[in-house]
Amino acid sequence: MMPESWYPFFEWCEGTLLGSAVRDSIYAFPLIEALHLVALCVMGGALIVVDLRLLGLGLKQQGIAQLAAHVRPWLVGGIVVMLGTGVLLFLSEAIKCFYNTAFWVKILTLPVALIFTFAVRERLLDGLDTGRSSRLLGATSLALWFVVAAAGRWIGFS
Amino acid sequence: MLLESYYVWPLLESTHVLTLALFVGTAVMMDLRLVGIAFPGVPVSAFTGRLLPWTRFGFAVMVVTGLLLFYSSPLRYYHNLFFRVKVLLLIVAGLNVWLFHSRIHLRIAEWDHDSRPPRAARMAGLVSLIAWTGVVFSGRLVAYNWFDCDIQPQPAWVNTLAGCTVESDEASGASEDDAFRVAERSPSP
Repeated sequence: MMPESWYPFFEWCEGTLLGSAVRDSIYAFPLIEALHLVALCVMGGALIVVDLRLLGLGLKQQGIAQLAAHVRPWLVGGIVVMLGTGVLLFLSEAIKCFYNTAFWVKILTLPVALIFTFAVRERLLDGLDTGRSSRLLGATSLALWFVVAAAGRWIGFS
Repeated sequence: MLLESYYVWPLLESTHVLTLALFVGTAVMMDLRLVGIAFPGVPVSAFTGRLLPWTRFGFAVMVVTGLLLFYSSPLRYYHNLFFRVKVLLLIVAGLNVWLFHSRIHLRIAEWDHDSRPPRAARMAGLVSLIAWTGVVFSGRLVAYNWFDCDIQPQPAWVNTLAGCTVESDEASGASEDDAFRVAERSPSP
């Protein structure tokens, strides 16, 4: 799961100017972390509102595609901030991440969740109504992002 | 007990953090609607009626896990500056919720479909957004001991706000002063 050949890349990440800048400051990492969490709320809210709707819960009087269109800017904005702050946090402790199983779980499920959200869920939303396929879509989305978030939190514990 | 077990504390903490997405996430979506910058055309009552139960459920999980985490080392948190800021902001957020539901929400029928709700509702949404952002920020920073009582010297305002009783504050301050003066008085040969 951790190809040794990637190690030099992680070492390079840790040595970047941005990585050492975050590492050398007492306050940078915690503040970036806090911003990462605020973005989690925005992104999570935007995902959950649509996923609940797909499950036939929450704002179920609204059309699925309409609801997804409403949250899109907040979803994209939240994800952009998550990625930006996430990269900074990673650069500051890349070598620790290399040896961290939770990090690998997160970094491998994240692209899956992103592709699922923007290529699969987004496309299937149009004209979809509550039913078996919408429920499957909502549950898959929640499960994927749950793994990403839980693994992300676990990086700090291991 | 909570601190000693290998997995209980991290699991509680993870649940607390992940539930943020449900609790603050759905609250933020409703606040954005109240402020009038998202979900035009979706009635506010859809949020207060159909989404709010999920927000409340998330809040309940936050409270239970949060109290258990607090209970793991209450004294440490009680004297943590960020924890105190967080509690204050929670009170502000709570008052805002109470104000919204006891007043503004009562006349929701009059503005339910307005994409730009009345000023009071927009203010409630804005206060909520700011307060919860502050709660998340200070909550995350509780983990850091920058201003902990056992790390001295701290500025006087930190010790006051964190309720630190700095033992022999004057004594240690005086001895440091004295040492400084002694050093000053006896220039190195």
